[in-house]
Amino acid sequence: MRSGGFFVFTHLPEGNPVNAPTTVLEKHPPATAPVRERLVVIGNGMAGCRAVEEILARDCGRFDVTIFGAEPRVNYNRIMLSPVLAGEKAFEDIVINGADWYADNAITLVSGDPVVSIDRETRTLTTRSGRVEPYDRLLIATGSDPFIIPVPGRDLDGVVTFRDLDDVDRMLAAADKGGSAVVIGGGLLGLEAAHGLALRGMKVTVVHLMPTLMERQLDEAAGFLLKSELERRGQTIVTGGDTAEITGANGHVTGVKLKDGRTFDADIVVMAVGIRPATGLARAAGLAVERGIVVDDHMVTSDPAIMAVGECVQHRGQCYGLVAPLWDMCRALADNACRDEGACEQPTGYAGSVTSTKLKVSGIDLFSAGDFSGGDGAEDIVMRDASRGIYKRVVVRDNKLVGAVLYGDTADGSWYFDLLKKGEDISPIREALIFGQAFANGGPSLDPNAAVAALSDDAEICGCNGVSKGQVVASIKGGACSLDAVRSTCKASASCGSCTGLVESLLAITLGDEVQSGPKTLCKCTSFGHDDVRRLILEKELKAIPQVMQELHWKTPDGCASCRPALNYYLLCAWPGQVEDDQKSRFVNERMHANIQKDGTYSVVPRMWGGLTNPRELRAIADVVEKYNAPMVKVTGGQRLDIFGIKKEDLPAVWADLNAAGMVSGHAYGKSLRTVKTCVGSEWCRFGTQDSTGLGVKLERMTWGSWMPHKFKIAVSGCPRNCAEATIKDFGVVCIDSGYELHVGGNGGIKVRATDLLCKVATEAEAMDVCAAFIQLYREQAHYLERTAPWIERVGLDHVKAGLFDDHDSVTRLAARFRHSQLFCQDDPWAARAAGAHADLHQHLAEVRPLQMENA
Amino acid sequence: MMVGDWLDIGPVDQIAPGTARTLPVVGGEEIAVFRTQHGGFHALVNKCPHKQGPLSQGIVHGGVVTCPLHNWNISLKTGEAQGEDKGCVPVIPLKVDAGRIYLLRAAVLGQRAA
Ligand code: SRM
Ligand SMILES: Cc1cc2nc3c(=O)[nH]c(=O)nc-3n(C[C@H](O)[C@H](O)[C@H](O)COP(=O)(O)OP(=O)(O)OC[C@H]3O[C@@H](n4cnc5c(N)ncnc54)[C@H](O)[C@@H]3O)c2cc1C
Ligand code: SF4
Ligand code: FES
Repeated sequence: MRSGGFFVFTHLPEGNPVNAPTTVLEKHPPATAPVRERLVVIGNGMAGCRAVEEILARDCGRFDVTIFGAEPRVNYNRIMLSPVLAGEKAFEDIVINGADWYADNAITLVSGDPVVSIDRETRTLTTRSGRVEPYDRLLIATGSDPFIIPVPGRDLDGVVTFRDLDDVDRMLAAADKGGSAVVIGGGLLGLEAAHGLALRGMKVTVVHLMPTLMERQLDEAAGFLLKSELERRGQTIVTGGDTAEITGANGHVTGVKLKDGRTFDADIVVMAVGIRPATGLARAAGLAVERGIVVDDHMVTSDPAIMAVGECVQHRGQCYGLVAPLWDMCRALADNACRDEGACEQPTGYAGSVTSTKLKVSGIDLFSAGDFSGGDGAEDIVMRDASRGIYKRVVVRDNKLVGAVLYGDTADGSWYFDLLKKGEDISPIREALIFGQAFANGGPSLDPNAAVAALSDDAEICGCNGVSKGQVVASIKGGACSLDAVRSTCKASASCGSCTGLVESLLAITLGDEVQSGPKTLCKCTSFGHDDVRRLILEKELKAIPQVMQELHWKTPDGCASCRPALNYYLLCAWPGQVEDDQKSRFVNERMHANIQKDGTYSVVPRMWGGLTNPRELRAIADVVEKYNAPMVKVTGGQRLDIFGIKKEDLPAVWADLNAAGMVSGHAYGKSLRTVKTCVGSEWCRFGTQDSTGLGVKLERMTWGSWMPHKFKIAVSGCPRNCAEATIKDFGVVCIDSGYELHVGGNGGIKVRATDLLCKVATEAEAMDVCAAFIQLYREQAHYLERTAPWIERVGLDHVKAGLFDDHDSVTRLAARFRHSQLFCQDDPWAARAAGAHADLHQHLAEVRPLQMENA
Repeated sequence: MMVGDWLDIGPVDQIAPGTARTLPVVGGEEIAVFRTQHGGFHALVNKCPHKQGPLSQGIVHGGVVTCPLHNWNISLKTGEAQGEDKGCVPVIPLKVDAGRIYLLRAAVLGQRAA
C-alpha cells in the first residue's frame, strides 16, 4: 500500500464486488498529509480512468482523486463487450482496473450513483443519492449515449441499446429464450451485436437505412462483400430499410415494421443507429457545448477548472467514437494537468486524430482508414482477388496515401495506416503499394515485369483455367499478340481476369512494342469487352453490379458513367425478375422517366398505342398542359404528343393525371421500345393490304416497357408505299397481299440505313413471334448503346438469320424468353412514382428564402 | 433553420449514396447537394459550366458528376470541369456535423443574383 493513505470498503454488499449497485470504495483522509488538490472525475469509463492513469504516471502525489461512475462496477474495456456478447470473453476478462487499482492508488470510487449536477460557483457536484462532493479540478468523461430513433414502440420492453454491460446482460437473457432479433443499424456496433446474437442462436435480421452496410467506413464494393458474407452466415440483411414502427403486444416488442410495409418478427430489438456525446451535465452547468463539450488542445473546457475528455468532447470541431483518439487526448490532458505551477512552457497538446476502423466479427477481415471519397487529383488503386474474396483499395492524392479500404486481407492495414498518418511520399513505392508492405519494401522487384520474368515456366498464371507461364508464352509466340488473342487461344485470363496483369506483363516481356491492343474493352474500368462481360455474367451467375465488379476484377472501386448503366442493363437482361434495377446507375431520363431539356425541365410523352388516340386522352393532355402551364405541346416524329417544360417536382402529379386517363409512359427517354409508327392500313386506305394499324397496336402492347441495349423503333406500313417509313426502323413490317415482309436494322438517324429484309411470313401471329425473337436476340447479343443498325453491320445479317432460323424452334425459344422478361417490365413506371416511390428524386431538400430570413 | 454562419439543411440520410438533391434559393441560384458512394458530401451551384445543365441530375462516380446534358465531368470538390473541358462552377462550403448537413450561409446567399 502506498503512503497516500489507507482505505476501507464501505457499503460494499457481500459477494460480487465488481457489479454491485451503488458502491463506494472510500479512503480515510490521511491524518498528516499536506492538502492536495481535489480532482473529481465524472465517468468511470475508458477515457476517465485512462486520464487518471496518465496523471498518476506523471505525478502520483498531486491530486486527491475521486471518480464517480453511473455504472455499478469498476472500469472495464467497453470495446470488448462485443466478444462478451459473442461468448468469446467473460466480464472478468475485460476489467481494466479492478478494485485493487482504486485502493492502491488512493482513489475513491463512487459507482452506481450518477452525478446529477455541477455547481461551478461553489465548485461542488451532487449525485442522485444526494451526495455532495467538492472539487478543485473537475474532469468530465461521460462518454456518449446511444441514439434512439423516435419511432412508435421505442419504449417497449425488449428494445435495447448496446453500450454497457447491462445492455449485454439484457441481450443474453433474450438470447437464452431463442427466437428472433432485429438489429436496427448496420454500422460497426449493430453488426457486432448481430454477430453476437447469431452466435447465441438467435435468428438475426439487420435493418440498415442506407444501401451499403457501414457506409461511413466502407465503399460500395467492400460493403457488398460484407453483406454477402453475413447473408451466407444466415443473417438477413435489409439495406435501404427505414423503420416506421416497433410493434408490440402486452408491453413487449413483437416486431419491426418498415416504411415500405415489410415486417420482421422480433423478440428483441437492438437499436444501434449511432451515439450522441453525453453533454447534459456540462450544458446545464453553463459550459460551452456544441455537438460535444468544447475543449482546447489541453482538454480544458470553457471553465479553466474543468477538463473534459473522451467521446463527450468536441475538439477542433471533431467528435470521436473510437478509443484510439482518447488515448492521445488523455496524454495531452495529463501533460497539462501535471504541469508545474508557474512553468512557462505549455505542453504541445492534442492536435486531433486520424482514425481507422476494424470490425470485431470473427472470420471477417475488414479495415478502413482515412478519406476515400475520391475526386480531384485523387487516384484509386484497386486490387481484387475474387477467388479469395479480397478487395483492396488505396486512395492516393499528391503522392500521399489518403485512404484505404481492405476487405478479406487486412494484414497491411496498419502499414497503410502508418503511411497515411505520417503523410509519407509514396511515389517511390507507388507501383507496388497495393501489393502491400512485403512487396513494397524489398520484395523481389519493384518492376512487375521483372518479377514475372523471374517466374519459372511451370508457374501457374491463370488459376481459373490452370494455365502455366510456359503455355501463355507459347501461345504468344504462336501469334497471340494481344490480351484478347491470349484469352481465346490458351484461355489464360479469360475467366475472372485476376491474372490480366500477369498476362500483360508476359506480353510485354515476350513482344516488347509489338503488343497489340485487343478489341475495345467495355470501358477503362475493366480489361473485358462487352461480350465477355455478358458471357461471364451468365456463366458465373452474377446478379449485382458490385458483384460483377468484384468477380471480374474491375480496376475502379465503383465503375464510371459508362459501365454502370451497361452493367445494369446486362444484369436486367440476363436475370429478368431476379435483380434489382439500380436507379443510380441510370441516365437521368431513365431515372426520371421523362426527357431532360436544355433548361433542366422535362418533357413528358405519354404512349399513344400505334399512334391512335381518343378524346379522353386528348382532353387529359390538354388539361395537363393548362394545369402545369406547359409552355409547349408538340406532335413528335413518333406519332404522339410531347408536353414540354415540366419541373421535376411536378412530374409525379402530371403522371398521376395522365394515368387517370389510362395513359402510361411512352418511354421517349429510354433505351427501350420507343414508338410503333403505323399507317391507316386496310381499314381505311384504298391501297391497304392488311390491318397495319391493328398490328402496330398489338406489337406495341407486346413490346412496350422492355429495356434494350439502345432505343428501338418499330413501324408497320399497310402496303409497299410504306407511309409509316418501316424501312428505316429497327423492326419494320411492310404488309403485302400474301402476308407480311419483316425488315430489320433500319435507322433514320445520324447515319441513314435502310433495313435488310429478314423474312416473309403469312400471319400476324408469325410476325409477332419473329418480332419478339428478333428483339430478344438483339437484347441478348448487342453491346450496350449499340442500335440494331450498327449491330447488324458488325455481326452480319447472316449471323442474325442463323440465330433466328437455323434451329426450327429458335424463334419460339427466343420469343418465349422475351415474353418472360416482359412479365417484369410492363408495369407503368409512372404509376409507382405517382404513388410516391422514389420521392427523393423529385422533391427539393428544402428551399432557402434569404429575404425572409434577413428580415427576421 | 439557422445556426450562426452555417445553414442547417437537414439530416444526411435524406441523400442516398451516389445521388444528389436540390436546394432552390429564392432570388438566387439553385444548389445541388451531392453524396458520393463513399459518403463524401459536396454542394455546387446546380449549373453546369458548359450550358447550365442541372448537375444534380447526373451520374455520380468517384468524386465526379457527369452532367446529364452533354456528359462533361465536373469535380464535386472544386467544381472544375475535368479532362479537356474548361470551366468551373461555384462550390458551396459544406460541413457535416452530428449527422446533419450545413452549408456556409454567406456562400448560399452569395449566389443570389444582384
Ligand atoms: C421529340 C422528338 C423530336 C420531335 O419533336 O419530333 C425527338 C427528340 C429527341 N431525339 Fe430523336 N426525337 C424524335 C424522333 C426521332 C426520329 C424520328 C422517328 O422516330 O421516326 C429519329 C430518326 C429515326 C431513328 O431513330 O432512326 C430520331 C433520331 C434521333 C437520334 C439519332 C439516332 C441514331 O441512331 O442515329 C438521336 C440521338 C441518340 O439517340 O443518341 C435522337 C435523340 C433525341 C433526343 C432524345 C435528344 C436527347 O438525347 O436529348 C431528343 C429528346 C427530345 C425530348 O426531350 O423530348 N433522336 N428521333 C421525336 C420523339 C419521337 C417519339 O415520339 O418518341
Ligand atoms: C459494444 C461496443 C464496441 C466498441 N468497439 C470499439 C472498437 O472496436 N474500437 C474502438 O476504438 N472503439 C469501440 N467502441 C467505442 C469505445 O468503447 C468508446 O469510444 C469508448 O468507450 C469511449 O470512452 P469514454 O470514456 O469517452 O466513454 P465510456 O467508456 O462510455 O465512459 C463513460 C462513462 O461515464 C459514465 N457516466 C455518464 N454520465 C455519468 C454521470 N452523470 N455520472 C457518472 N457517470 C456517468 C457512463 O456510465 C460510462 O461508464 C465500442 C463501443 C461499444 C459500446
Ligand atoms: S433533331 Fe436534334 S435538335 Fe431536333 S429533337 Fe432531335 S436531337 Fe433535338
Ligand atoms: S451543360 Fe453540362 S455538359 Fe453541357
